[in-house]
Amino acid sequence: MSETAREHPAVQKASSGNPRSIMYREALREALLEEMRRDASVFLLGEGIARRGGSYKVTEGLLNEFGPKRVIDTPLAEATFTGAGVGAALTGMRPVVEILFIDFSMLILDQIANQAAKLQFMTNKQCSVPMVLRTQGGAGNGLAAQHSQSLEAIFYHIPGLHLAMPATPYDAKGLMKSAIRSDFPVVFIEHKLLYMTEGEVPEEEYLIPFGEASIKRPGNDLTLVAWSNMLPRSLKAAESLAEEGIDIEVVDPRTLVPLDKKTIVDSVRKTQHLVIVQEAVRRGGVASDIASYVHEEAFDYLDAPIEIVAGLNTPIPYNLSLEKACIPQEVDIIEAVRRALARTV
Amino acid sequence: MRGRTILTRPKTQDPRPKTQDPRPKTQDPRLRDLETRVFRSPKLSQFGMRGYNPSGMSEAIAGIIDEKGKVRSGAVVPEIDRDDLIRLYRAMLLNRRVDERMLKLQRQGRISFYVGAAGEEGAIIGSAFAMQDDDWLIPCYREAGAAFLRGYSLKDFTNQLYGNLEDEIKGRQMPCHWASRELRLASVSSPVGSQIPHANGFGLAAKFTGRKEVALVYFGEGATSEGDFHVACNIAGVFKAPVVFFCRNNQWAISVPSEVQTASETYAIKAKAYGIEGVQVDGNDVLAVYQVTVEAAERARRGEGATLIEAITYRQGAHTSSDDPRAYRSDDEVAVWKKRDPIERFRIFLVDQGYWSAAQDKKLEEELNEEIQTAVRRAEKLGPPDIETVFQDVFAEMPWHLREQLDELNETLNSEVE
Ligand SMILES: Cc1ncc(C[n+]2csc(CCOP(=O)(O)OP(=O)(O)O)c2C)c(N)n1
Ligand SMILES: [Mg+2]
Repeated sequence: MSETAREHPAVQKASSGNPRSIMYREALREALLEEMRRDASVFLLGEGIARRGGSYKVTEGLLNEFGPKRVIDTPLAEATFTGAGVGAALTGMRPVVEILFIDFSMLILDQIANQAAKLQFMTNKQCSVPMVLRTQGGAGNGLAAQHSQSLEAIFYHIPGLHLAMPATPYDAKGLMKSAIRSDFPVVFIEHKLLYMTEGEVPEEEYLIPFGEASIKRPGNDLTLVAWSNMLPRSLKAAESLAEEGIDIEVVDPRTLVPLDKKTIVDSVRKTQHLVIVQEAVRRGGVASDIASYVHEEAFDYLDAPIEIVAGLNTPIPYNLSLEKACIPQEVDIIEAVRRALARTV
Repeated sequence: MRGRTILTRPKTQDPRPKTQDPRPKTQDPRLRDLETRVFRSPKLSQFGMRGYNPSGMSEAIAGIIDEKGKVRSGAVVPEIDRDDLIRLYRAMLLNRRVDERMLKLQRQGRISFYVGAAGEEGAIIGSAFAMQDDDWLIPCYREAGAAFLRGYSLKDFTNQLYGNLEDEIKGRQMPCHWASRELRLASVSSPVGSQIPHANGFGLAAKFTGRKEVALVYFGEGATSEGDFHVACNIAGVFKAPVVFFCRNNQWAISVPSEVQTASETYAIKAKAYGIEGVQVDGNDVLAVYQVTVEAAERARRGEGATLIEAITYRQGAHTSSDDPRAYRSDDEVAVWKKRDPIERFRIFLVDQGYWSAAQDKKLEEELNEEIQTAVRRAEKLGPPDIETVFQDVFAEMPWHLREQLDELNETLNSEVE
């Protein structure tokens, strides 16, 4: 595991020669741009990604540089253009398919779950699908039940799919570049509230391998595991608690498949407390799965039951105050940390 | 209950040229008029829009009043009495003014999102007017005008925009995603095209129970690219389902122009492949839309099967409040279509018929303004629905995995109060 990938952002800043701050969406755009320049087999497929540059401007300007053969506005036909992506990938192309909202990825599940995920296995590697499915999830803009879901567990569950959920511009860029170069299908889930957030990204090229967690904040008293938009929220909670002398380690798995179990387990063995934060509904989520692995491997180290902070088991309503109640907030994370630590004594 | 007067049924006279008409279709003055006006404008091809060639269609594009509001020569005006004509006009104007006002509120940050229908009121309201009270309307998301015409109140509509405690659907859906079972308005639903198969189900249910009800489903031309559209047309063909597929071809699917959406000559022509009827209508001509929809609904009611109506119109505004169309289309193009505005045309027609005057128009504008003001003022004062509502209606009975979360939430809220 490369050291830079695991270190605190402040350390990264010192080690990268030329730090600059860019937005998450710009980092993603840079990754696409660089990979498209590097490899002519990379092309983009999606709704409103060419002329309009994507709803969140991730593909802005790419049409100008690469033309309509490589930045393709499709008719409104998610299942079919995803299937076309799978087909092109089978010939050795590297499509990056965009689905506007993860909610609409439910329309393409056959192509992802039954085709892309399994073809490599079913054909003994004759047919591999080097495709990236870019999509975006999460709540926070009053977009209600059909535009706000966190559905990573569905993809996590299906053997054969790699799954990235970066939280910072640095991770987004490095993981996207690796995703495009991967010979396997990758589901790449962005978060609508992260696009405008800024972070340091070096000018020089770098890649982040899948399956390497990042310790975003080192600490000794308790381990907080969080990904996507729950990471900034968890870091804030950790900062507030630091004022009381509680020293929290925040671990971002960055990719859920493969999952860097070792970094999480090592951290728990050190801190002896674990809180897992996920935006998705509580039931059947990735947090429960992480908890079960930690039980298997670090049960004797735990001083308190694992706490899971998660979304309510209900569709996301539109009204902003109701929406807020459905999604973990900083105070919920702080309370869970207190509960876990209170048990120690 | 619905404030809807049963309209006088017009004699179902076909305003379109008869097939035995010896003249080549393009020489029909009405048609030629429409073609040059709508489809053969050099300006339009300059904008990259495909011209429509009606000769490939079984029937020509239907039109009754032209863009100047004059009755096309030879056209048969449907028999609708004055009060109903004015009710139609009122609904169209209400739709326009509500949109203007709500989009302003959105820009001021008072509501988070809005979907307007400017330019498409003729298509939306003309078609809704053609349906009976017992018929189901299955909306896409731009059809508030159809709901208003059915009697959906401005008060309910505005409360829904705010998702406040008087919102009939408890602040659960995005603005403009209303529903009213009582008025037989199915729910607006976000995933594009997902409502189209429902129409078959509504239609089949009517058939099974022997009720003479018809389902009319709205969707944009963009939605015709979804598999659901094709499969639904096919199934409707096989089952002779009493359905009207109403496609608002407003030329754009957010930033994607119509010519990227299909290589077919028209949208209506797709009907042929599925063994259902297909017809194009000037969607900015409310009377023509009405007439064509009445005929389609009556066919369906007689058990003769489904019709795909393509209403040719234009989305004058942004896709939604989250969109800025200047990024992908020119103002000139919008200007061309604004000259074909459905409301303006219809007003001229009404004045020409002696049914309407400038003074009445001024009075109506004041009335609508007042109504909208009242609804907004009221909706804005109301707080959010109770927090417990987010746990309700998920399951028939609240299971433990929700009950426990509710209890936890209440505990947190109580400790915050203390
Ligand atoms: C399945 C799905 N894909 C994409 C979207 C995003 N989206 C919402 S509306 C729209 C365009 C629809 O265009 P059209 O069907 O022509 O209807 P119009 O908006 O023009 O009335 C798109 C792409 C969505 N809501 N659902
Ligand atoms: Mg459209």
